[in-house]
Amino acid sequence: MATHRSDAIAEPRPTQRVKVGEVYPARTLWSDAWRRYCRHRLAMVGTVVLVILSLSTLVGPLVYPKAIDEIDFAVKLEGPSLAHPFGTDDLGQDLLARVLYGGRISMAVGLAAMLIAILLGLVIGALAGFFGGVLDSVLMRLTDLFLSLPQLPLLLLVVFLFRDRMREGFGPELGLFLLIVGVIGGLRWMQPARLVRASFLALKEKEFVEAARCVGVPSAWLIVRHILPNALSPVIVAATLGVGSAIVAESSISFLGLGFPPDMPTWGRLLSDAKDYLDLAPHWALFPGLMIFLAVISINYIGDGLRDALDPRKIL
Amino acid sequence: MHKYLLRRLLVIIPTLLGISVVLFSILALAPGDPFEELALNPNIPAEVRMNLRHQFGLDDPLPIRYLRWLTAMLHGDWGYSFVSRVNVQDLILQRLPTTLFVLGTAYVLALLIALPAGIISAVKPYSLFDQVATTLAFIGFSLPTFFTGLLFILLFSLHLDWLPFIYSTTIEVSGIAWVSEHLRQAAMPIAVLGLFEAASLTRFVRASMLDVIHQDFVTTARAKGLTERHTILVHVLRNGLIPVVTIVALQLPGIFTGAVITEQIFRVPGIGSLLITSIQSTDTPVVMAITFVYAILVVAFNLIADIVYGCLDPRIAYG
Repeated sequence: MATHRSDAIAEPRPTQRVKVGEVYPARTLWSDAWRRYCRHRLAMVGTVVLVILSLSTLVGPLVYPKAIDEIDFAVKLEGPSLAHPFGTDDLGQDLLARVLYGGRISMAVGLAAMLIAILLGLVIGALAGFFGGVLDSVLMRLTDLFLSLPQLPLLLLVVFLFRDRMREGFGPELGLFLLIVGVIGGLRWMQPARLVRASFLALKEKEFVEAARCVGVPSAWLIVRHILPNALSPVIVAATLGVGSAIVAESSISFLGLGFPPDMPTWGRLLSDAKDYLDLAPHWALFPGLMIFLAVISINYIGDGLRDALDPRKIL
Repeated sequence: MHKYLLRRLLVIIPTLLGISVVLFSILALAPGDPFEELALNPNIPAEVRMNLRHQFGLDDPLPIRYLRWLTAMLHGDWGYSFVSRVNVQDLILQRLPTTLFVLGTAYVLALLIALPAGIISAVKPYSLFDQVATTLAFIGFSLPTFFTGLLFILLFSLHLDWLPFIYSTTIEVSGIAWVSEHLRQAAMPIAVLGLFEAASLTRFVRASMLDVIHQDFVTTARAKGLTERHTILVHVLRNGLIPVVTIVALQLPGIFTGAVITEQIFRVPGIGSLLITSIQSTDTPVVMAITFVYAILVVAFNLIADIVYGCLDPRIAYG
């Protein structure tokens, strides 16, 4: 994803009237980035949509009175109505309640898996880039190996094989959550690792690093305090996009019926249950699918906006 | 070029070995015992079970079991399916052509859409076409294949009733009718996969073309009096495609993800749907073999990408 760059065409500089004697607040790197971000219209729309989505999944289940597992055959497979804004499924369960509750799990999986992937990527990339030599080649071969693993088949295989043991170990819900998050994160650290390594390779030769080394800064501190903050921009973009792809990954496993069980109705799981009733109850599939789409597209636009905002070559 | 090819081929061996180690360790670390069912059967004494375990070498240390498994795989002996009692390799070979047909056609479709769209977008950035194409591309790759698949079924099969939504292997017509039936049933899986790929490819083609289009040698080409068409298609495109090829290769493992899902939605009898049914029925040898086949496909396509890369950029092949 790293190759996408906004075009080099310069935006016209807004002419600013500078009044003599007036004190302007200092403009920091981050405030500049924020300013650029705000100018990316679709990224702002994406942010608003994502905030609404997250708030409704966080607060919604507390406010919305219907239970996710209240079975009522009298109203099964009904389309949207006042009593059930998103309609009902084949057991007459309220779909809005299930979509809200499931969204919580989907979003949590996305965030947690991304965190794992980024942490792994940061550690591996930083070690490889900073120390170089044998460590670098070993870690990079490992990265290449992981990159050529077929993702989904492996995800399915691991979830399927270790599901029962994790359930015994951590309880049915937490165990499955940890397993899915761990596997998704564990298969997605390669791109951040490469990005971090590339930045580290370039940065460690810079004068400020040399200066820090001269005054006796130990390696660990050099990595964390001096180089890492300068290598963060591509990682932030990768992390943002990573949340979206982790949500899709979770939805894919749940869609194939190997992820979360029906009592943990993530968006993918809802779609999976709905696919056999497409002719009778299309709303059942449409609402969770739309949620995944909205979440993913807003995350992608946010990532796009961040990429433009954090790119120092971009003229403000 | 030959040297480059040879070097590339040699890299495959450690990669495949590494993948096999990963796969084998996952399986070896997994809980569960293939003879679990026998343990539950009171008619089978424990010694028989132990003998069986011993006979199949399950008590040997892991490295030995790995080597034995590897040699068997290399000899083409991939084991028996627990469920259908057929040789795993026969089962896979029977299914593989369908998967490759759907994947390949989808990819050609993706290229047919993405290349022109990306090039036109890059030649006229911020034009109406560019805006529409970029927005569509964004929507396209934010729509997961499992959702587009369901939407397609809803629209084309249930609503309009144009296309069948179940892939059938036994079509009882022949001649042109057979071809058209095949195309009709393959249309939706191919479109779902192809459009998704086209969406992300379009973005990459546009971005990397834009990177090249402002470089000095392009200005030189124009200054020499080459036509715009020649400049774009020969000078810009060839250089712009190099990063695209890398991205395509890097994305391949992800494409198989989409392929498994589309096969499952449309019941395409390929190795993806076989993988899902085998996982559901705990058919470990088949699951293992299919995962490995996917890994081989990834490595093979990476190799093809590298060869294309070498053709596009002579500096790489001779360097």
